[in-house]
Amino acid sequence: MTPRKKRFSLIGLGLAGLGIAVALVLNAFQSNLVFFFTPTQVVNGEVPRDRSFRIGGMVEAGTLARDSDGLTVHFVVSDTVKRVPVVYKGILPDLFKEGKGAVAQGRLGQDGTFIASEVLAKHDENYMPPEAAEAIAKAKAAGQQSSKTLVVTP
Amino acid sequence: MIPEIGHFALILALCVATIQGTLPLLGAASGNASLMAVAKPAARGQFLLVLIAFCCLGAAFAVNDFSVLYVAANANSKLPLHYRLAAIWGAHEGSLLLWTFILCLWMVAVTLFSRHLPEAMRARILGVMGLVSFGFLLFMLTVSNPFLRLIPAAPDGRDLNPLLQDPGMVIHPPMLYMGYVGFSVAFAFAIAALLGGNLDAAWARWSRPWTTVAWCFLTVGIAMGSGWAYYELGWGGWWFWDPVENASFMPWLAGTALIHSLAVTDKRGGFKVWTVLLAILAFSLSLLGTFLVRSGVLTSVHAFATDPKRGLFILAFLAVVIGGSLLLYAWRAPRVGLGGGFDPVSRESMLLANNVLLVVAMGSVLLGTLYPLFLDALGLGKISVGPPYFDTVFVPLMTPAIFLMGLGPIAQWKKADLPALAVRLRWAFGVSFGTAVLLPFVLGKWTPLLSLGLLLALWVVTTAVVNVRERVTHLTGDSLMTKLAAVPRAYWGMQLAHCGIAVLIVGVTMVKGFEVEQDVRMNIGDTTTIGGYTFKFDSIQDLMGPNYTAARGTFHVTKNGGDVTTLYPEKRFYMVQNQTMTEAAIDSGLVRDLYVSLGEPLQGGAWSVRLYHKPFIDWIWGGCLIMAIGGVLAISDRRYRLGWRREQAAAA
Repeated sequence: MTPRKKRFSLIGLGLAGLGIAVALVLNAFQSNLVFFFTPTQVVNGEVPRDRSFRIGGMVEAGTLARDSDGLTVHFVVSDTVKRVPVVYKGILPDLFKEGKGAVAQGRLGQDGTFIASEVLAKHDENYMPPEAAEAIAKAKAAGQQSSKTLVVTP
Repeated sequence: MIPEIGHFALILALCVATIQGTLPLLGAASGNASLMAVAKPAARGQFLLVLIAFCCLGAAFAVNDFSVLYVAANANSKLPLHYRLAAIWGAHEGSLLLWTFILCLWMVAVTLFSRHLPEAMRARILGVMGLVSFGFLLFMLTVSNPFLRLIPAAPDGRDLNPLLQDPGMVIHPPMLYMGYVGFSVAFAFAIAALLGGNLDAAWARWSRPWTTVAWCFLTVGIAMGSGWAYYELGWGGWWFWDPVENASFMPWLAGTALIHSLAVTDKRGGFKVWTVLLAILAFSLSLLGTFLVRSGVLTSVHAFATDPKRGLFILAFLAVVIGGSLLLYAWRAPRVGLGGGFDPVSRESMLLANNVLLVVAMGSVLLGTLYPLFLDALGLGKISVGPPYFDTVFVPLMTPAIFLMGLGPIAQWKKADLPALAVRLRWAFGVSFGTAVLLPFVLGKWTPLLSLGLLLALWVVTTAVVNVRERVTHLTGDSLMTKLAAVPRAYWGMQLAHCGIAVLIVGVTMVKGFEVEQDVRMNIGDTTTIGGYTFKFDSIQDLMGPNYTAARGTFHVTKNGGDVTTLYPEKRFYMVQNQTMTEAAIDSGLVRDLYVSLGEPLQGGAWSVRLYHKPFIDWIWGGCLIMAIGGVLAISDRRYRLGWRREQAAAA
């Protein structure tokens, strides 16, 4: 091989390797995106059935209940308009409280209960997870809009 | 009065930074020696001023001056003194001050250890660092001033976030910042080289120790952050691929690539343009990391401020620094030249491949960290990228990189012979492959990832042994000891750092493969057994801390009837911030950690309890520490000191 050919083969190999790496990264990226949905979207059936996603909103006061095993908890996440029942087995984070914001990741069960694999509640008593805050803001905005229109779309 | 002195010192520092960022650069461009000579005193003066400001803020915290807004927001009269002092960097404004202070520290270090540098080079380096410091000081003084008064003064402070009230808070941020900011020296060297148009092996030799020191600090800083999260967050994870962690990991990946690329530039004069680009990249990512974490873009324990003015300033600053240096790079890089050629199979090509892999890995982290932010900013919806993405990407990217890590140090520069390499390494491969396949069966469980992890770790160690053996046999000397002593420290440093990676891989592999995590409901007197250890919940009692109340559990751990340890996990309630905190209790060991943390009180006096058995987890941080020690060993090598002495002698 001439040095010129060698150089080209080196560059070719490098580019091929880089291409494979990028394809790999993008593929993994595509299949591991976790989308966020509001309780309204969940109730309206706009969510995927076959992959996990996140929901967020307020933990409705008075809905937190514990099974006799002490570990399985039930609560309702709401965006003030629609409510989604959630079940989670495990220890809740320190900042999880009724009446505060929370985000849960998991799948939707057949009966419409959200089966959470992870519950996130972050680090400050006044802090509302941005996803939860947005879900509530969206629901409020939607509520105002529908009350202003007289035409009811089917 | 004291806060005003601090504020005034910052304003003066800004003026000095303006001078330091302009006159020496002008002097270097026009060859005016008296202008260049301004750099050194300016850098030292600026250091003194920022030190004064830093001490003033410290004093405000020490005397509980709640008429300073920042103090009132981050401390409390009941907070112990060492945490009050650590609260200096507990939030946005103070951590920027810490950043600037450390930048000044590095500047002074440059003035002290740069006697061997040409005058113009030193002037340019200090000039560039002065400009960076100018940006930070301006940022602080315009939108993020830690000395703002609160009138009327608050009767008491809002207290430091309980998560941050931990010894980790005292050390982790300064360490991490030493690393981040340390890359500014490498960056300044690169910009100086671009401005001066000369980038030779001597340049690389000068910047190598600086880069390695910064890298060591960053390595330790990240490891400490990980360890802190492990025991403080109360659920036993050590790396979450949280954006905040990614922000520190990206500069580390770029910095690691930079260290290796600098080695090629130093030894062979190659990779010049690439090295400069990596230096710019490493520092840009450090800046990005600082701002991502501290600007409130990422909402987490690390981020406090959310002020649009700050965001705008940060974006502009990033655009100027990164855009400006890349423009300069595009303009001047062709002058620097590519450096020497090499064969497709050579140590250079392997180092290049490793560099590319590291940069691709860095890019994948960048994608996973920034993409959700972009989507959110553009209003296209909220998504998150979970740990599975990073796990899927990192294993295939790091596997070839670590394979090459064993191969590279053995291959010859310029042109290596592949069949000969295979012959030299056949034992290393055979031993590591055999052990990696069989060992998991001995341990009681086989998975492909377990074997792969062990294979990579063993491969790194066995190739290092082969390499050392070959190196020593080629030396002439009477005894083994004299031969070993003749091997340069830089070489030992490299091998040690590589072995640190191996230790880290063992830790990660064993934890992922064999950890047992269990959430259970336990009443007083109940026992649970995991991983061969029996945990007995003995009692729970109330406890008063300085600024919290706590419930403290007592767990007696036995193994096969013999006593192992007693653990005291706590559930704390911090009064001022009205916040509950879990303090895990951990018994650390060389081959396993036992981890207990309290969940919530349940009916009938029972508690939900987390019990973890984590084999080899301390190897993860041990590996990082070994890497850092390897780095320190490498920079203590004679060649750097000899080079300096020779130049000093020539100058005299």
